[in-house]
Amino acid sequence: MNDRSQMSTLAERAVARTPRRLALRFGGMSDRAIAWLFITPSVLLLLAVNIFPLLWTIQLSFTNYRANRPNAVLRYVGLDNYRDILTDPEVWQAMQATAHFVLWSIALELILGFGLALLINRGFRGHSFWTTIILLPMMLSPAVVGNFWTFLLQPQIGLFNSGIALVTGVDPSSFQMIGDVRLAPWSIIMVDTWMWTPYVMLICLAGLRSIPDYIYEAAEVDRASPLRQFWSITLPMVMPFVMLAILFRAIENFKMFDMVNLLTSGGPGSTTEVASITLKREAFEKWRTGYSSALAIILFVTVFGAANIYVKALNRVKQR
Amino acid sequence: MSTPVTAHSVAEPSSRSKLIASLLVVTYAVITILPLLWIFLTGFKTPPDSIAYPPKVLFEPSVEGYVNLFTTRSRQTPEFLATLPPPQTWYERLVRSRNMVIGGPSKVVPRFVNSVVIGFGSTFLAVCFGTIAAYAFSRFRVPLADDLLFFILSTRMMPPIAVAIPIYLMFRHLGLTDTKLGMILLYTAVNVSLAVWLLKGFMDEIPREYEEAAMVDGYTRLQAFFKVVLPQATTGIAATAIFCLIFAWNEYAFAVLLTSGDAQTMPPFIPFIIGEGGQDWPAVAAATTIFFIPILCFTILLRRHLLRGITFGAVRK
Repeated sequence: MNDRSQMSTLAERAVARTPRRLALRFGGMSDRAIAWLFITPSVLLLLAVNIFPLLWTIQLSFTNYRANRPNAVLRYVGLDNYRDILTDPEVWQAMQATAHFVLWSIALELILGFGLALLINRGFRGHSFWTTIILLPMMLSPAVVGNFWTFLLQPQIGLFNSGIALVTGVDPSSFQMIGDVRLAPWSIIMVDTWMWTPYVMLICLAGLRSIPDYIYEAAEVDRASPLRQFWSITLPMVMPFVMLAILFRAIENFKMFDMVNLLTSGGPGSTTEVASITLKREAFEKWRTGYSSALAIILFVTVFGAANIYVKALNRVKQR
Repeated sequence: MSTPVTAHSVAEPSSRSKLIASLLVVTYAVITILPLLWIFLTGFKTPPDSIAYPPKVLFEPSVEGYVNLFTTRSRQTPEFLATLPPPQTWYERLVRSRNMVIGGPSKVVPRFVNSVVIGFGSTFLAVCFGTIAAYAFSRFRVPLADDLLFFILSTRMMPPIAVAIPIYLMFRHLGLTDTKLGMILLYTAVNVSLAVWLLKGFMDEIPREYEEAAMVDGYTRLQAFFKVVLPQATTGIAATAIFCLIFAWNEYAFAVLLTSGDAQTMPPFIPFIIGEGGQDWPAVAAATTIFFIPILCFTILLRRHLLRGITFGAVRK
């Protein structure tokens, strides 16, 4: 309660220092005026830093603009950029790489995360300590994580290859996770799984704990087997939470940039070039601003659709 | 998590199944923490030890990585080194023993300061804007409230790279490229959505009766907000602030595209710590360790609110 008294003296001082005329003006404000006054700053900021750039992107996507040549003649090219993107095999390849990465990482995170949540939910001794340890990777910066995994995945000096060698007995220098065309996508999937399994686990755990005990007690009275209880009670009750985790991971992984940029930066070749890496290359290396704006709009529309579903899912989980 | 699991009165897990569960979870936790421990240990290796093959588990600890992180060094010929006065401090001796001299401080301190300034600045603004907006959404009937809230959330769903192009152009026009002010404004805008959603949840939980009682006592709506609601919401505001801070601390995409020197933060800087003959892994590991320590503390502090923070307040404890 100390905070509280401190806050109120602070507030009192603020009130005392406010000029009387101003105080009267604000003091007598209607609720509606206060509501608008309170919401406007956030909305204005978002309009300036998110919506205005978005509209600008839309405009640029119909032009041949190049940001490194600001004085060149701006020409409107209609839907040419969009046509070029949708017929570009490289873009389709990037989309495939993204889909591959999103699907596999979500599948692995779901299996591991749900499994862990089930185990932790048994409430063994010290479970809260171990849960906190498991949660750590999720809190780190994806870029820094990507950077230090490049070290761990080095073929000879890295920890990963030596660990595999220790368990399976293969020569640690016989395979390269990042340098190999076949293995590189899997190294991204592996690091993503390492990083985000805790996220799925935490949401599943919340789902498991939201199931009231009396349902299990009733099932027990009805002599339902543990397997039957899992299929008919646990799974359906946790499902909304699982869907939420899937959706959120899908959106985040679809726009994933930091980790991939530092781990493989799209290579070797273009095997791990996900959509945002393509976008960065077109926009900030080739400086095809118009073309990359069109690609940005296509990506945004995809994520926005998912966001729409996401909010509906949020509300459904909230209502429970 | 800190709240104990409610024991099932009928279906209480047997002690044997608990043992198996604990063994599996502990195994996973150890495997998951191993890469982080390895990085921590690498920070205390010498550069040759860090790239030894096979990787060294046992090694003689050294602080060379930290010395290399905080200084710039250059390699010199033994003849030149012989002409220099003898080294004064322990770290000068350490660097001299590898035929190098210290040229001056490295850029790590200004980068760290940038992270702190941009992180705290944007957090402060985002929490201020977020608190009042959340209060309005929580207590008043705002027209189109659901649409506005969706709009606020959807800005968070945008891929940063997708808006980076026009923001880059906009910053170039306004002279905000590579400035702390520009980065603070940008991160504030990204964080405001999280702040509004989280704080709305926290404020919904504060009973309206408190302010109504205060208003019956003659307070105006604003006085009631400052004197009754804000003190009640302190915990929620603190948790929200830490989440915003962690985001600004970890952010990379905008930082790497929009900053190059003056306003560069830690995440784009760490991968480019180069030593003699390639990446200086002990120095990188040292930087990573220093970068992680605040996050580690925050994670422990935030355990109770973690779930809320990562799901925008949708799932509560």
